[in-house]
Formats: sequence, structure tokens, C-alpha cells
Amino acid sequence: MEFFGLFEYGFFRNAFSAAFLMSVTCGIIGTYIVARRMVFISGGITHASFGGVGIGYFLGVPPIAGAAVFAVIAALTTENLTRRKVLRNDSIIAITWSLGMAIGIIFVYLTPGYAPNLMSFLFGSIITVTLADLIFMIALTATVSLFFMAFYRTILYLSFDEQFAKTRGIPVMLMNYLLIVLVALTIVLSIRIAGIILVLSLLTIPQNTANLFTNRFGGIIIGSIIIGFLSSVIGLYVSYVLNIPSGATIIFTLVVMYLSGRLIKFVA
Amino acid sequence: MNNLQIELKQVTAGYQGHTVLEDVSLSIRHQDFIGVIGPNGGGKTTLLRVLLGLIKPFSGTVHYHISRKEIGYLPQISQFDDQFPITVHEVVHSGLLTGIRSGVLKHRSCNARIEEILDSVGIRALQNRSIGELSGGELQRTMLARAIISSPRLLVLDEPNTYVDNKFEIELYAILKELNKTLSILLVSHDIGTISPYIKSIACVNRRLHYHPSNEISEEQLKVYNCPIEIISHGQIPHRIIKEHQQ
Repeated sequence: MEFFGLFEYGFFRNAFSAAFLMSVTCGIIGTYIVARRMVFISGGITHASFGGVGIGYFLGVPPIAGAAVFAVIAALTTENLTRRKVLRNDSIIAITWSLGMAIGIIFVYLTPGYAPNLMSFLFGSIITVTLADLIFMIALTATVSLFFMAFYRTILYLSFDEQFAKTRGIPVMLMNYLLIVLVALTIVLSIRIAGIILVLSLLTIPQNTANLFTNRFGGIIIGSIIIGFLSSVIGLYVSYVLNIPSGATIIFTLVVMYLSGRLIKFVA
Repeated sequence: MNNLQIELKQVTAGYQGHTVLEDVSLSIRHQDFIGVIGPNGGGKTTLLRVLLGLIKPFSGTVHYHISRKEIGYLPQISQFDDQFPITVHEVVHSGLLTGIRSGVLKHRSCNARIEEILDSVGIRALQNRSIGELSGGELQRTMLARAIISSPRLLVLDEPNTYVDNKFEIELYAILKELNKTLSILLVSHDIGTISPYIKSIACVNRRLHYHPSNEISEEQLKVYNCPIEIISHGQIPHRIIKEHQQ
């Protein structure tokens, strides 16, 4: 089927909109994560959210809501324990990471019957995005965009040198906590697209591709949004044509984009 | 005239219950130029963090007669991630932050001031470079520019002479000497010899602090102060005769 013909389908229009919204959000948040070397922390938050998915199934509430609660708790806990140096930072992450997964597995097992769409939480399913999902994505994209536009310089400078920002009177702790909550919510909504196992790629591959061509924080954000969106749409179309899973195809496209970027840089 | 800027009184401080500084008192006055020396792990950086208000002392008081935002700060450059996507111009601009709302302020309105400061430390041509493309000396210049752009009344420098070439070191001291006409300086250094012609007093920090109100210090005095650092003598041209102390 021809690409534009797909817009006749509601599921495709939703998927296309989700791809656009999450490319914007992941472009911004991913740049923050990559610049601050928070990829591993984000991995911990991502996997911890599976605990919420499991409890969601067990209690009969939307698993994505459970995931959001778990992700935010994991994010705040990791941030807090890291600040207080209770444990080594990477150990804290490993513990939240595996504890969340363990809780999820136990509750999915305890849920009578079977857990519908479990695979879509693990591997993503952009073609099943609903109107409700889109409304959350619009709200998050608006919040993240406005927050970064309003505090762009503050966020950039405190990410570079937190201690110095503190001496200049920036409420560093408050900003760190707000930002980690936005990271957690972005991860949860991105799970709809790429799933828990693949979601980190949406927050890191476009950034590293953009970083091949620019060293500006703002430049990486814009570049990541464009690369993320193009890859999502191409991946979505290819997955439809070849009848293969959409999340994995999008990730594959992102990697192809990255390698093409390296090739262009090598040749140029 | 009361020209006191900051007074530390019987400050004990450290991290997670572990004491690094004990019973430390220090007064910083207008136009002071204090050289802080001491062994690694002796508490030099902790002293700076207390002064800057970055950590709260376990006991004792820190009294500010100037606003904390009137302190310019140059941290040790080894702490920076050189892959962080930020330009020299942006780093220097961050010195003008004055609170959460200043993050909204237009970057462009500060351009003239940023370029003037970059000129004064000799790296205007590098303003659009990202920090990963700088040499150690260039990064130190950038950090110095960031520390002084807000026209502070006290400048706090943590090892500004590490990773720098001799040319910059000489320039740095000339800049500091000039700045000292209008502001006070507190400089942490592992190498007191080359800076001693410029400083006015010395603070030896090794868990406790001994204040020495002159820029000449003998080996004997360092022993009394329990400050095992390398001793350096200096003449017209800074020349070092280094002798390691036993603990």
C-alpha cells in the first residue's frame, strides 16, 4: 500500500501522531539524559515501571497508570538515595531495576487468567495507541516543551556544573527532582511505542546521531526530534509493509540512521 | 571601617558524619589575598565548600557580610565532563545566573559583557568552541572568566594552576594581582611557591587551620602547623626547591 493511503486508517493516524509527539518529548528529555550521562538511571526507571504494570493487571487498573506511579517513585528514590550517598549509585540503580521487574513478574503471575497486551508493554506497539494515550502524550509534550523553553539556560548550566549553579542561587535540588519526574513520565509514555526493553534507544540513538553533527545542546535537541520522527515514520511504514513488529523496526531504523550519519561524516 | 566579608567561627565540617575540618576559624576581609595550602585530603576543598554555602558545617558558624552571590567560584577543572555539549560562550554566560528566573533572560543581551570578559582572559576567539575542544589552559581561562563575569567581591579559586601552561600561569597571576585591587581572593594551591609573591597571607589546612599573616613561610612553621606540603623557595624568577616532608 502507498504511504499516504495509510492515513485513511484511524490506527495509522494515531500512530503517526504518537510518533510525532514522542519524538519531540524524547528529543528534549533524551538530550538531557545523554548530556548528563543518566542513561543507566533511565534504564533503572524503565524496568522498575514494570512493577506498576504487574500491579495494574492484578488490581484491574490500567497498567500504564501503574507504570507511571512506579516510574516516578523509582526516579525519586534513585535521585534521593544517590544524593545522600546511601549506596553506590550504580548499585542503587541495579536494585530498583530488578526489584521493579520482580514485582511485575509476581503480580502478572498472580493475576487470574492471562494478561492482555503484556507483550506490547515489553516490546511496544505504536499501532495500538488510543485516543486516551494521545491525550496524555499531548499533555506531556506540552509540559516538557514549555518547561525546557522557560528554563533552557538554567537546565543547561546546572547540568554542566551543579555546584556552580548552586552558588549562583539556582534551586538545584528542586530542578533535579522536577526533571527526573519528567524523565520518568517520558519513559512511561514512550513504552507505548518501543516497550520497556527497547525504550532507551528512543532517548539515546537520535541524540548520538545528532551529536555527530553538532555539539550544541539546543542543536542536539532539534536534530534528535527530526531524526526520531523520521525514523519512527519510516520504521512504522516498513513494519506495515513487511508485517514485522513496529517497535523493533523503529529501533532498527534509528540504528541505520546513526550508521548512515557516521558514514556521511566519514565521507564528508 | 568594618571591611569583613566572611567570618568562619569554630567550624567543624565534613561528609556523612566523617569530619574533615575541625574547629576552623577564618576571617576574610576586603582586598585580602589568602593562599590556602595543605596536603591532599586535608580539607582545602571542604573549606571552600563551607565558604560557598555548598555544605552546612556540623557545628560552628559562617557569617556573611556580603551576599553569597557576590562570591565568584572557580572549581577544580578535573571534575568537568569534557564531552558535555556546551560552548565557551555559554559557560561564561552561566556566571551571570542570579537565580531561577535569570534562566529565562535573553542570552544575547549579555553578549557584550561576555566578549569583554573573554577578551580580558585572552580567549575571545574561542567563544564558539565546545569545551571538549579546549586545552587545559583554555578551560581554566574559561572557568576564570565565568567566575569573574558577575563582578564578585570575593573570588574563590580551587587549584587554578593545574593543567595549565607556564604562559597562562604567569598571565593568571597578573590578572589576579590586578583583580585584587578591587576584590579579595582566596586561592587553593598545591604549589605555594609560584604564587607567594602575590598573596598576602597563608592559611595552612590539615584538618585544622593555621592562619599565617604573611606570604613568607618557613619549613619550621609548616611543621608547627602540621602541614606536610612541599616547600618552595622563590626569588625574582619563580624557582622551586622542593623537599618532601614526612607525615
